Amino acid sequence: MSTLPSTRVYEGTRIPSPVPTILEVDPEKHRLEDILRVNFGPNHPSTHGVLRLVVDLDGETVAGIRAVIGYLHTGFEKNMEHKSWWKSVTYAPRMDYVAFHANELLYVLAIEKLLGIEVPPRAVWARMAMAELNRIHSHLVWLGTSALELGAISLFWYCFDDRDAILDLFEMAGGTRMHTRYVQVGGIAEDLPPGFVAEARKFCAQMPKSVDEYEAILDRNAIWLERTKGVGLLSADDALALAQSGPMLRSTGVDWDLRRNTPYLAYDEVEFDVPVYGGGDVYDRYRVHMDEMRESVRIIDQCLDKLETTEGMPWIADDRKVVLPPRHELHTSMESLIHHFKIVTEGFTVPEGEVYVAIESPRGEAGCYLVSDGGARPWRVKFRAPSFAALQATATIVQGLLVADLIAAGGSLDPVMGDADR
Amino acid sequence: MSDYAGVPGVVETRESFGEVTLVVDPARLIEACTVLRDDHGFNFLADIAPADYLGWGEGPVAGYIGTAGGRDLNDPGSRGLARVPDPKPKRFSISYHLLRVSDDPARVRIQIWLEDGEPVASVLPVWPAADWFEREAFDMFGFRFEGHDNLVRILMPEDWEGHPLRKDYPLGGEPVRFSDED
Repeated sequence: MSTLPSTRVYEGTRIPSPVPTILEVDPEKHRLEDILRVNFGPNHPSTHGVLRLVVDLDGETVAGIRAVIGYLHTGFEKNMEHKSWWKSVTYAPRMDYVAFHANELLYVLAIEKLLGIEVPPRAVWARMAMAELNRIHSHLVWLGTSALELGAISLFWYCFDDRDAILDLFEMAGGTRMHTRYVQVGGIAEDLPPGFVAEARKFCAQMPKSVDEYEAILDRNAIWLERTKGVGLLSADDALALAQSGPMLRSTGVDWDLRRNTPYLAYDEVEFDVPVYGGGDVYDRYRVHMDEMRESVRIIDQCLDKLETTEGMPWIADDRKVVLPPRHELHTSMESLIHHFKIVTEGFTVPEGEVYVAIESPRGEAGCYLVSDGGARPWRVKFRAPSFAALQATATIVQGLLVADLIAAGGSLDPVMGDADR
Repeated sequence: MSDYAGVPGVVETRESFGEVTLVVDPARLIEACTVLRDDHGFNFLADIAPADYLGWGEGPVAGYIGTAGGRDLNDPGSRGLARVPDPKPKRFSISYHLLRVSDDPARVRIQIWLEDGEPVASVLPVWPAADWFEREAFDMFGFRFEGHDNLVRILMPEDWEGHPLRKDYPLGGEPVRFSDED
């Protein structure tokens, strides 16, 4: 791992002690009778969902902070224990509802690791193309809302315009725009429709130009630069200690990306760069997001090449104990009908064991710990939510900021509350 | 696997699905974690994942959904298991998923086993990231992490009763306000 030389963001550590996630008011720096405690959220528009920040203000300066989460807790993990493996896949994308495809992929990869099932190459390339489209989608939502919060309203509409193009592609492939449920254990739910590759190519040609435009809007905007540079500082050591991942970690100078360092799918067969910046501030997080969108387009382009060469090849594993038989066989084959019936009613069984699988979701390391008792339903499902981990850094990055900077710093964590609260 | 020979308190080392699990004596958890962080470079605590094994492997082994008593999808004994899974040493496990963020990446799982009410040391001094992970484990399973200064509920409301991810906590068992039973 190479850390950039410019990673001296600050000396020592800024993680509060003894509780790393609570910044207490320092009585030596602030007069306690001047402190005003303000509730930021849970229903503040710029909190990216239902995040509550309990902020102690000294004038306009943030003197203390505590993040409170759980307002969107819906017990996904408990529910999944009560559904068959097959049906519980539906829950995964609804946790991180912006990076839905990543979560779905993660859960299915974990099941497949327990099953030891081999996925055909066409499905791998389709999954990768979708995962990268989803990364751009997620980054666009992040960019649009973050800029919106700092007053750049028009950018929000531009971002959502491009986001719509991605959702159109999802709709074309799987029939739904969000929560696609396109990843199936053993492959993908359906083959990519004719014309998908052509449409995706159009998007790939357009997207880098759009990123250039966004940069032109923001990087020449004094207000944007003023409000993001040097704001929300986090050092590499603190980022690792607080288990920060994804763009958060890469903005502190740590050259780490699970797609490259611990490859899954076929990421070791495509060419892409991992953007790393060393400033550890909101601006560098923005830079990482922008560069990642360009890199994702590069990956998608390579996936589309492979999808063209694998045209007509199988897109789901041929394992009748796990995978639904082709629809047309149900009318002619008794065995297929039985397999279909068994998988739909009872569900397939998964060998006993425990696994932890991690992928690089748009927000960083998304992990899934699965325990199977050998039955048709998961014994335990635990998601490692990157938003949950990112929010732990709140008390470290807001030190000494003004209230207005709180918005920029909080937004740069890129939390999705459905992901954090599950 | 022999790489981890010097880790203190390890009672069992196993490898399955390509993942290394070190089962550690709960009393020596901090020692083991410190050695893994300092000598083995595990600088990143990815997750703390507890599990409840109450009722693990119990109930009839059936070839088809349902039991002799009928078909009940929510009965843990009616899962149609091909074989009874191996018994677990204690009711709860807590798995610490560690990651080495370096040019030589590696993952290892530290696992401890506990009975209900047994205290466990907080790994917060080793990895600050353990703060919320342990709070979630307390919230969902009721573990007492000793040395954690802010062990309060994180996802459930502060006045919630019970720990939802325990196996004896029913699905849909929460009290409903303004229902007839009030």
